Amino acid sequence: MSYLDLIALLDSTFRLGTPLLLACLAGLFSERAGIFDIGLEGKMLAAAMASATVAYFTGSAWVGLGAGIVASVLFALIHGVASITFRGNQLISGVALNFLASGLTVLAAQAIFHQGGRTEALRGAARFNAIELPFTAQIAPVPVIGPLYSTVLSGDSILSYIALLLVPLTWWVLYRTRFGLRLRAVGENPESVDTAGISVIRLRYCAVIITGVLCGLAGAYLATALQAGFGKEMTSGRGYIALAALIFAKWKPWNALGATMLFGFFQALSLRGDIVERVLHFQIPGPFLDALPYILTVIALAGFIGKSVAPKAGGQPYVKER
Amino acid sequence: MNKLPKWADLGLVPLINVALAFGISMLVILAIGGDPVEAIKVMVEGAVGSSYAWGYTLYFTTSFLFTGLSVTVAYHASQFNIGSEGQAQLGGLGVALVCLAVPWPHWALALPAAMIGAALFGLLWALIPAWLQAKRGSHIVITTIMFNYIASALLVYLLGGVLKPEGSSDPATARFGPGAHLPALNEVPGLGMLFANNTPVNISFFVAVLACVAVWFLLFRSRLGYEIRAYGKSESAAIYAGISPTKVIVIAMLISGGLAGMMAINNVMGESERLVLNSAEGAGFIGIAVALMGRNHPFGVFIAALLFGMLYQGGGELGLWTSIPIELRIVLQGLVILFTGALNGMSERAVIWVFAKLSAKQGAQA
Repeated sequence: MSYLDLIALLDSTFRLGTPLLLACLAGLFSERAGIFDIGLEGKMLAAAMASATVAYFTGSAWVGLGAGIVASVLFALIHGVASITFRGNQLISGVALNFLASGLTVLAAQAIFHQGGRTEALRGAARFNAIELPFTAQIAPVPVIGPLYSTVLSGDSILSYIALLLVPLTWWVLYRTRFGLRLRAVGENPESVDTAGISVIRLRYCAVIITGVLCGLAGAYLATALQAGFGKEMTSGRGYIALAALIFAKWKPWNALGATMLFGFFQALSLRGDIVERVLHFQIPGPFLDALPYILTVIALAGFIGKSVAPKAGGQPYVKER
Repeated sequence: MNKLPKWADLGLVPLINVALAFGISMLVILAIGGDPVEAIKVMVEGAVGSSYAWGYTLYFTTSFLFTGLSVTVAYHASQFNIGSEGQAQLGGLGVALVCLAVPWPHWALALPAAMIGAALFGLLWALIPAWLQAKRGSHIVITTIMFNYIASALLVYLLGGVLKPEGSSDPATARFGPGAHLPALNEVPGLGMLFANNTPVNISFFVAVLACVAVWFLLFRSRLGYEIRAYGKSESAAIYAGISPTKVIVIAMLISGGLAGMMAINNVMGESERLVLNSAEGAGFIGIAVALMGRNHPFGVFIAALLFGMLYQGGGELGLWTSIPIELRIVLQGLVILFTGALNGMSERAVIWVFAKLSAKQGAQA
């Protein structure tokens, strides 16, 4: 594999890893607070649809992003009501919301655009376009590092850079703020948080809403940055892959960056079959390449993560003692 | 806390949940500019209004019985099998291989063989996620979903190449021979009058009903079923009682995968008589809704499968005769899962509250 091939792969990796990273951080907040969320997929889908629609009509990707976040938070709140207030099964609630999003997005897109469940293609300011990082032209000629900076890092949408910045921010919130300490505590031992006079319910709702906001970013990225519009089932399992990455990352923000970029790399491999073939010197059937990210996800989950311990109170509704 | 009488717990609460799911679906139809009253009419007419309708409704019911039972068995072992869809696709592969392997002289021979093939492929597809869950703790929900994607890629590959008959451009296998043709119910003497010609419901409906009874026996009358349920209720208690978690998880998932795979005798052998792409058409996912609505009891599953058969057939007619997209079925399915599976506590609390009010009133009168 030539260096240029590697750069091309890494460029795709960053682009495809971004939505995974956003969704993974979304899941991190929720699961750290003790709420399992299989519904990342559905929230992303709802956000993708809402952001593409609103961006199309307003011509502004930012307004679209706002709409995407609203849609995603609404779904997150339903999950919250089901799993926090009514102590329902969190896995089931997540699965239900995924189906709901899958159907509703197509119904809405069809009712608005009459294009078989797609939205109209977005142009110009209705999309988050590539931005060039400062000094790209100056650094580009530098060997090795140059292409890495100018091609891989630079030339992506603002949402990609927001996603990157969210990693240290999440770390800081989780480990350096009072809110973060309480959030982690409520996922490990909600009784102790309750004893300290802090509302378990409110903390968990906060976490669920943050999850909604981040999934909103992820969905808007898919529809208004990575692609130019919403398409039926466009998340294609990214929400689940993000969950796998979260387990792989052992629920830690910096690990999440590494894990999602690894899974992004898997997706890049499936997208760039030509490079894979050049390296392996034989042709790989298309369907196998398509399945590659999913196969590698299973292998990664099964294989080398060592012991990955979920937050202790995860998945259990909290019942206050009387 | 007040306990509800059994009829309210098993009848009233689920009924309220389904009504809520329905009500919201009607609002959705209203929101996308459709006419809910007309929609209900088309759906009911299309699902139960004629012998033609029943011929399709019971055909879908058959598929949902298999997948609903599949999810149920796994659920009792506290495994959430979202992979029934992929397992059903693989079951289709098993059926196709069996049916194409030999020129079958009669369906009575072909059916048992096809059942074995279907169940075998389905359970093999469940084996890896099950083993990974039991041995490595890899989350079964995620692995089974990944296996759904892998299954569809595998079938795209096989149907586009090896299994495609020469000269065909269709991504499908060759048609099965006449000996592998399962009698449709309209071809069965005595039943023929009940179902219109060319409706796909076939004798695998009876196999599905038998499977219901078998699963009931397995879960509630056999030692293995007891172990599965004990493990599902409390892992630590089960281990203390000498039940092996690995054994329970793997066996329950294998049965679950086998049941999902068996669905293929209905859709692949009974209807299309060849294996096409995406043969399961989401029936595996509907199995989740069916299992939840049926409270994970085989007889509940039977009622729920019937209801979903009607919904699916009625929803299909909706896509044909109105401007409402067929995806409404997925919305309804999501809502049923949400209300019966996750928000059950909400309607339960409401009913308990009403009951408490009523009994207080009676007490005051007396």
